[in-house]
Amino acid sequence: MNSNIFKHEFKMRLRSVIIWSLSAVGMSLLYLSIFPSFAQDAALIQQTMDAFPPELMAAFGMVDIDFASIMGFFTFVYLFLQILLAIQAANYGVGLVSIEERELTADFLMTKPVARVQIMNSKLLAALANLAVTQAAVWIGSFVFVNMFKGDSPVDNGKLILMLAGLIVFQLFFLFVGLAISLLVRRVRSVTPYGMGLGFGMYALSAFGDLLGESKLELLTPFKHFSPNYVVKNGRFDTPLVLISIVVIVVAAAASYWLYLRRDIPSVT
Amino acid sequence: MSVIEVNNLTKYYGKARGIADVSFKVEEGEIFGFIGPNGAGKSTTIRLLLSLIYPTSGSAAVFGKDVVKFGPEIRKNIGYLPSEVFYYERMKVIDLLKYSASFYEGDHTERLHELAEYMELELNRRIDDLSYGNKKKVGIVQGLLHAPELLFLDEPTSGLDPLMQRKFFDLIRKENQERGVTVFFSSHILGEVQRMCDRVGIIREGSIVEISDIETLQKDNYKKIRVAADGLEPETFEMPGVTNLDRRNGAVRFFYKGDINAMMQKIASVQVSDVSIEEPTLEEIFMHYYE
Repeated sequence: MNSNIFKHEFKMRLRSVIIWSLSAVGMSLLYLSIFPSFAQDAALIQQTMDAFPPELMAAFGMVDIDFASIMGFFTFVYLFLQILLAIQAANYGVGLVSIEERELTADFLMTKPVARVQIMNSKLLAALANLAVTQAAVWIGSFVFVNMFKGDSPVDNGKLILMLAGLIVFQLFFLFVGLAISLLVRRVRSVTPYGMGLGFGMYALSAFGDLLGESKLELLTPFKHFSPNYVVKNGRFDTPLVLISIVVIVVAAAASYWLYLRRDIPSVT
Repeated sequence: MSVIEVNNLTKYYGKARGIADVSFKVEEGEIFGFIGPNGAGKSTTIRLLLSLIYPTSGSAAVFGKDVVKFGPEIRKNIGYLPSEVFYYERMKVIDLLKYSASFYEGDHTERLHELAEYMELELNRRIDDLSYGNKKKVGIVQGLLHAPELLFLDEPTSGLDPLMQRKFFDLIRKENQERGVTVFFSSHILGEVQRMCDRVGIIREGSIVEISDIETLQKDNYKKIRVAADGLEPETFEMPGVTNLDRRNGAVRFFYKGDINAMMQKIASVQVSDVSIEEPTLEEIFMHYYE
């Protein structure tokens, strides 16, 4: 690893990391703060929810979940955290090396006496460190707010930790898939459409899968691999599905290195 | 040992030609001009030598080491000034230069400040506030601050005003004379190549058409001859080796390539009022290759 590149990359993304972290924590606070009043009127709310078409509820992953319990309610918050963190990680992945080619700084960095594999290592480690900051914020926020607003409802710390740990692998999925995609296309003109597309696209697959009762789609999307409902019900993730995510991460990482080391860096004109 | 040695280097972008079968050598301490119009393959060649792109076939060595295998090691002693400079926009000039210096062994702070002062570069401004010419100066300083042994200049003067161009050339000449820096100078501005370079390679549509030192190129080429005399008809000079025969303002002008004695005798046979024999400029030679 080259510590200069690491520092440079880490700093470049720091402002973005702070914004994403504050958004994630703020959102947890906002939703979890509703929980006390939600729990109070649980019967009423359950009634309202029953009135919704079951397909719609399925699209939001709200099936067989007791929203009057803090753990059940947290799965709802978890879904929003997932969407947010998916887009963040996908953005970082897509932008990781493509930013140099888009802003035409690749000629600067890659004519320095560093091997490409070093550049990639340093950039990846910097992005992982950036994501770790957001993860830390999310973990702390979740624990604090869940305990702050739980009322009489019991918190299962084991399940909470497991869910949060799932978010780590979940972000790795989007980071590496985003990176691999950015290296498969000729030039990434803008990161956001790719990041949003990947994040929301995977979510949409998961939601439509539920909506249509199509279970094969769950093989594709990490929103299914890391289903909080499954954890609340079974106390663990669905292992084969998690393995799919891990395999995808490994393949995407290997492909990224392979492509980057052989890539022709396009010139400006 | 040659500093740069290129053997049958070929690069295709998919089906599009970059360069085809290019071979040449650049010796230590020389300023080598690489000339050709846009799209001829100048940048492709430089990018291959810097291993920003990889060859389709053939090979190239810098400092005797293969560019594909030993890229990082070679680049320790290379300075590169791209034709278009773009840097991390949100950084300050000084931070960018320090970031650049941090990749090289040793302390380059003093040289950094000397170069910045010489090029009249303000170090505390943000890169995105700089004009194009000032960004170019940042490029020059970052390309030179680690005292490289080999410099790649890819159309270096675009965006610099004439005063700065002269300062820049003085700087490059000084690096070449005092530190023995080898310079690979790509350009389509022939005047500056003629002023700066010892030898030139001319590239056309991806292939080298001529490699020669400038003096030989001019000497072995045709002469520009102008003869003024009363009532002189252009036909007088119609002989083998004469081209572009033309009459203007009472004088006959033409290009001549061949035995100069034969031409002298021909001229001596006429009662002339004025004669001039000149070597062609690099530009004229260059145009000749492209006709």
